[in-house]
This record gives sequence, C-alpha cells and structure tokens, in this order.
Amino acid sequence: MADQIKLTIWRYNPDNGPDNRPDKGDEYRPQTFTIPYQKDWSILDALNHIKAEVDGSLSYRWSCRMAICGSCGMMVNGTPRLTCSTYLNEFHPNEITLEPLANFPIIKDLVVDLTDFMDKLRSVKPWIIRENKKDDEDTSSEYLQTPAQMESYYQQSLCINCTLCYAACPAYGLHSDFLGPAAIALTYRYNNDSRDQGREDRRKVVAAENGVWKCPVVGDCTEVCPKHVDPSAAIQRTKVNSAVSWFFSFLKGGKGE
Amino acid sequence: MDVLSHDILIVGGGGAGLRAGIAIAHAYPSLKTAVISKVYPMRSHTVAAEGGCAAVIKDNDNHDLHAFDTIKGSDFLADQDAVEAFVRDASKEVIQIERWGCPWNREEDGHIAVRWFGGMSQKRTLHAADKTGFHLLHALFQTSLKYDNLKRYDEWFVAGLLVDDGKIGGVLALNIRQGTFHILAAKAVILCTGGVGRIYAFTSNAGIKTGDGAALAYREGAPIKDMEFIQFHPSGLLKNGILITEASRGEGGYLFNKDGKRFMEQYAPSKMELAPRDIVSRSIMEEILAGRGLDGPYGSYVHLDLRHLGEAKIMEKLPMVRELCIDFAGMDPVYEPIPIRPTMHYTMGGVHTDKDGKTPLAGLYAAGEGACVSIHGGNRLGSNSLAEILVFGARAGRTAAEYARQAKPCASERLQSLAKEKMDFIQRRYIRTENGTERVGAILSDLRKTMDEKVGIYRREEGLREGIEAIQRLKERFNRIRLTQQSQVFNTELVGAMEMDNMLEVAHVVALGAFNRKESRGGHARKDYPNRDDAQFLHHSLAYQTPDGPRMEKLPVTITKWQPEERKY
Repeated sequence: MADQIKLTIWRYNPDNGPDNRPDKGDEYRPQTFTIPYQKDWSILDALNHIKAEVDGSLSYRWSCRMAICGSCGMMVNGTPRLTCSTYLNEFHPNEITLEPLANFPIIKDLVVDLTDFMDKLRSVKPWIIRENKKDDEDTSSEYLQTPAQMESYYQQSLCINCTLCYAACPAYGLHSDFLGPAAIALTYRYNNDSRDQGREDRRKVVAAENGVWKCPVVGDCTEVCPKHVDPSAAIQRTKVNSAVSWFFSFLKGGKGE
Repeated sequence: MDVLSHDILIVGGGGAGLRAGIAIAHAYPSLKTAVISKVYPMRSHTVAAEGGCAAVIKDNDNHDLHAFDTIKGSDFLADQDAVEAFVRDASKEVIQIERWGCPWNREEDGHIAVRWFGGMSQKRTLHAADKTGFHLLHALFQTSLKYDNLKRYDEWFVAGLLVDDGKIGGVLALNIRQGTFHILAAKAVILCTGGVGRIYAFTSNAGIKTGDGAALAYREGAPIKDMEFIQFHPSGLLKNGILITEASRGEGGYLFNKDGKRFMEQYAPSKMELAPRDIVSRSIMEEILAGRGLDGPYGSYVHLDLRHLGEAKIMEKLPMVRELCIDFAGMDPVYEPIPIRPTMHYTMGGVHTDKDGKTPLAGLYAAGEGACVSIHGGNRLGSNSLAEILVFGARAGRTAAEYARQAKPCASERLQSLAKEKMDFIQRRYIRTENGTERVGAILSDLRKTMDEKVGIYRREEGLREGIEAIQRLKERFNRIRLTQQSQVFNTELVGAMEMDNMLEVAHVVALGAFNRKESRGGHARKDYPNRDDAQFLHHSLAYQTPDGPRMEKLPVTITKWQPEERKY
C-alpha cells in the first residue's frame, strides 16, 4: 500500500451553535483524514485534495499559494503557520493537527473572523498623512526619499496581514482590545516614512491603554512572522518613542496624553 | 429580498478596483460607492505581481517610445488611441501612488529608480524590489481606508448582474460568511475581477482567478474580446508554475539549455533574454521540443541562471525570487540555476471596453486584467499590467461616476423580480443538487488538463477542435453536479461551483477564438498557421453568448500613427 499521512482537522459547524469559538460541546470536533503521502505536497495541497476528492464541505481560505496573499494561516500542530509553504515532509510519518488560528472567533472550520483585525488596521491610520492635504494630489513630481530613508521603515512595510502574529500573541489572547503586533508594526512603518507627517495623529492610538504598553515583550509575534517584519522590535521602539515624546510634551507644558 | 442601495458598485478589490474606488471617493464624495470582493482586498492577485510597473518618468524617455514598444509588443493588435492615452496617464499614476506611500526603489539622490524589462526600448520599469504588486496593492488598500465614503463588502461573491431593459440596475450577491443572497442596487457597476488563469493547470495565477467578471458580462449580452490571447510567462517555477519575475532577466539573468548554451541568441539576437514574453516562451518550448531541455520528475525545463549576479544583488533586487525558490522548489538561486518552463500568466482578453472603461451595456464598466481595452493586443509587455490597473481603474472610476451622477436607479419592484429570476436559477443549478452525480473538483481538473494540452502555447486545428468538444462535454457534466456542504455559512463549495460555471463559459470562448483565428500573432501561436495574417486577421474578436455557444464577431483595430510591420527583435 502506498505511503499515507493522517491529518486531523478541527471542524466547526456554526449552524449548530453560536458564531464564535466554542469552549465545549459537539460543534467543535476533530475529524481525521488519512490521505496518500506526497513528499512535495504543502499542507494546502493536502487540504485542496481533501476538498476536491474526499469532503467538499470543508471550509478554509487560500488564494495565491506562494506566501504573499496572507490567506492560508492555520494552527499547525499548535503553531501558527502559512499552510501553502509548510510541507507534509516536515511531519511525516507523524500526523498533523490543523486548527483555526488561535485567539480569533471561528466562522466555520478553519475560517476565522478577521473583523476585529481589520478595524485595528484602520484605526492606526495606515496612509500618508500630510499637513497640507493638497500634497497628495500633486503628480508633477515624486517626494524624494533616499535608499537610507526607505530602509528605516521598509522591513515593517512587508507585512502581508496574515495575522499569524495575533494567533501567537499571549496579550491578544487575554485582551482582544490590545492593538496587536501587525497594527503597531504598520504604525511604525508610516511614522518612520520620511514622506509622512502623521506621527502625532497616530500617537493617540498606539500610546493609549490598549496600545504598545499592553505588549508583554514575549516576542512570539516576531518568531512566527513569515515575512520577518519583526513586529516585536517595532513595538519596543514605539514604546521608546512615545515615552520620549510624552516626556517632551511635559517639558513644553503640555498635558502629556 | 433586502436591497442595499448604492450609486456605484465596484466588483473586485484588487489594484483596478481600489484605484477606481479611490478615484470616485476622492472626486465624487457625495456618491454612494462600494467595493465588493470575494476575498479581503489585500488578498487579491495584484499582490503577486513582482517585477514592476512601466511608465515614462525619465528625461531620456518619451511617451511615443513607450507607446510604440507596447504596440509592437502587442503584435499590432493594440488600439493605438488607447495606448497613447495609457502611456500619458501612466506617468502621472506612478507618481500618484508614490504620494500615497508606495515604496518605489530609489536612486541614491532620492528619485525613483527604473529597471529593464522585456520588449521595452528604455529602462522604464518602476519597482519595489520584486514585490511591486504587493506594495502597490497594500498602498492602495491602506489609502482607501481613509475614505469613510468608500464602503466595502469583503467576502461577498457576485452571482449575477441585474440588467433592466439594457441598463444596469445592480447585482445579486452572496454574503459568503452568512450564506445569504442580497440585492445590491447600483446605477453603475465596474467589473475589476481579474483574468481567468485557473482554467489552466500550470499557471502563476491564484485560486481566485476564475474569470468571474468576463462571465458576468457575457451572460448579460456584453461581449468579451480577444479571449484567445493568453500569455505564457517564460519563467514558471517547477513544480506548479509559480511566477519567477521577468526582472530576473531584467537584472541580468541568463537562460540556458541542457548543453549550457544561451539559446536566446538563436531566436532574438538583439534582445536576447529580454525579448517579449511570447517570444521567450516559444523559444523555451522549441528547445524542449528539440530535446535540449533538462528532464526531471515535473517534466522538461530549462535553466534560469542568476548565480553571476551574486548574493548581494539578488538580495537587493530579487529577494522574493530567492524566497520563492527556497520555499517552493527547495533550491537557492545564489548557488544553483532555477528550473523553469513557461506558465500560464495573463489574460490579454476580457470584457470589451473603450478607453474610458465603458462597455456596450449601459451602466457597465470594466478595468484591469478582466477588461480588454485593448492596450495589450496579442501580447502584453511585462510591467504594463500594473500601470494598466492604475490608469484604467482611475479612468473607469471617473467615467462611471459621471454616468451615475445623471442616471436614474432601477425601480425596486423591478430589481426584486430580476433577482427572483436569478435566485430561482441559482437554486436549481447550484443548490438543489441532490440528484446530481458529478464532482466539481473532477470537472475542474479535467478542464485544466484540456486547456494545458489543447489550448496551450502551441495550437493546432485538430487539438483545438478536440478541446472545444471536451469543454462542451464538461459543460454537460456540470449540469449534473452534486454539492455536499449542508451549512450555508462560508460555503466555499457553493462559491467554487459558481466559479466553475464561470470558468467553463470563458474557456469555451478562449478555445473557439483560438480555433477561428487561423494565424499566429502575439501569444496566439498556431503551428498550422505560423505567420501573422494582417489581410484577414488584423481585427479583434468579440464573443456574444447564445444558447448554442459563443457567436463571434470582428472589430477593427484602431491605428493612429504606427503601421503594422514585421515584428522582430
């Protein structure tokens, strides 16, 4: 008999229960699929095989299958990973357990609810802010930006919004109002872009109670980031910046919000 | 059914859709505008574009040169008035997106840098390393977030256009998360849904590239154009066709056959590896067919060699290529040549529009890869597509806004009855399938195999006839599908069935268009008609849906100042 591999997938069918992560009950249950082992298959290839050939009712997200669209994150044996670039051969002959990304409400099977994440992204005003609003309509010439200036934010511009960092973050797991790694990294990306003048606008959000100070500096976000964005470093540097600007606002007689 | 009212609906949240949305939200803030997308916008396939975005921004370059390169690249099938508008607007659009935060690579003095790309006579491709589409899409998406008046329907799927007496009234759409259908009323609809790459098995395209917009328009009587022109990109990574950017060659990479020969000297001595994609792809196939390819478990291939560029340059200019090779082929291009062969990459055809994004159906507009203006004609030049989504997204947005300002909404009762008719059809065709026997997955894999084998890089009358017959049989089988998912919530099986239906419609037109075009031009290469035939075929192909399959018509090509000439590089 050909070589096989076992995938245990946690299923959730919301038609039988409330629309969030169930703590107990029959709605959230494991189902094991035994499929042919192909050493060059990604976990996503295996899921697509199951969906097409074995069980069409399985729901999960995917699209580019080249680790750039950010859709296919799941808990793979307890760790958040992109399944398009995680291969069966890393686990074979042992079995693989797939769960929806931790810390998010579940919609169905491996699909989680990203509403909160999307709201947080928007809350940090991730766009170029200029004192003169007309600046962005002038297409006669580019803003100049040297390679060195670009370097200061480029790493944080590489985030693909896959939310693995939220699934890994213990603070987000405890307090879902925490702004979280990707949103803070994005703040850092715009604040450090020489074309941007919006640092003060964003400070209210990142320096607020649910901003950078909620981060326990565990560094799991950086550990799981598939694009090496290093959100943890962005958070710690943002802490320093907000502390400094808080201090200076006192010196200037401000209220030091 | 409940009705959600809008002035303009944009279907698709990739580059073209978001650019259209921003254009409207910025200049027409009183219009109620929404972007409806089957995935979160930043998942759209624009994200996977790598090499760059072409535009004239340097003093040693000019619009006529960019226009002529584009027209020659198109094998003279592009409409020259549209190309002239395109190259002019592109110069502004690339600066506009810079001002919205796109991190274009820079010269030391802070000006935007450009690189070489295939078929271009000047260095004019702006780039953000080799993640240009990613940066461009995220810059657009993040910029779009500042507009409160740009609503989004994320993870909604458009199941049909509602057309009343030859005029758009809105769409019928599935809220994927809830599993419920809704009427989204709109005076104007802009289709920005991308190409139809998934009808091929070996493709660089994402799973979402299922030709939805083309099928939506086609079903309502709007023609789709030039569908036979499919671009095969020279460098698809083995095993599954993931894109290795043309910038690899733009930055100096070589192509070698198994004898270690730079074979492009035989096919395009003046341009070598930087000839347009159709030519490089056929050259690779010629090498493979002549037995000069290499062989491995995933079939024949040739080598793309970057080793002489060195690790520093690869990391600076082509970091994603390295990442992709390591993650998806288990090899490192710093030390080894990359195994590649041509991969289905781009749909030159699409919903027929004029240069302002307007289709013949009142209130319907289209932009981006899913549209066909045509600026690409028979073959698109690399890096013209990112420029296209910016230019024509903005143009279609403005045109639709002007129309929506004076158009009247469709009466609500009329929308209800149009939606009911569509809903009955959806129930019969996709939902009540208990008596069916066919698996959608099996039909999809058969279609993809058929397209690879019969409607691939090289086409012949016999194979195309077999391909068309096979597609007709697959359409028959689709009438007997069976779905198994009971839950309405996030029912990707239902979405997949509707996408499959779209793919079959569009694939039929691709194959029939290829059958009818008895010449070779751009990406359409007939072994039995190896030459371009301007006397008979210097025209676009328009396809209209009929109960008996596509009805094909001809449309003249607009020529302004560049007469067709032999295309040699």
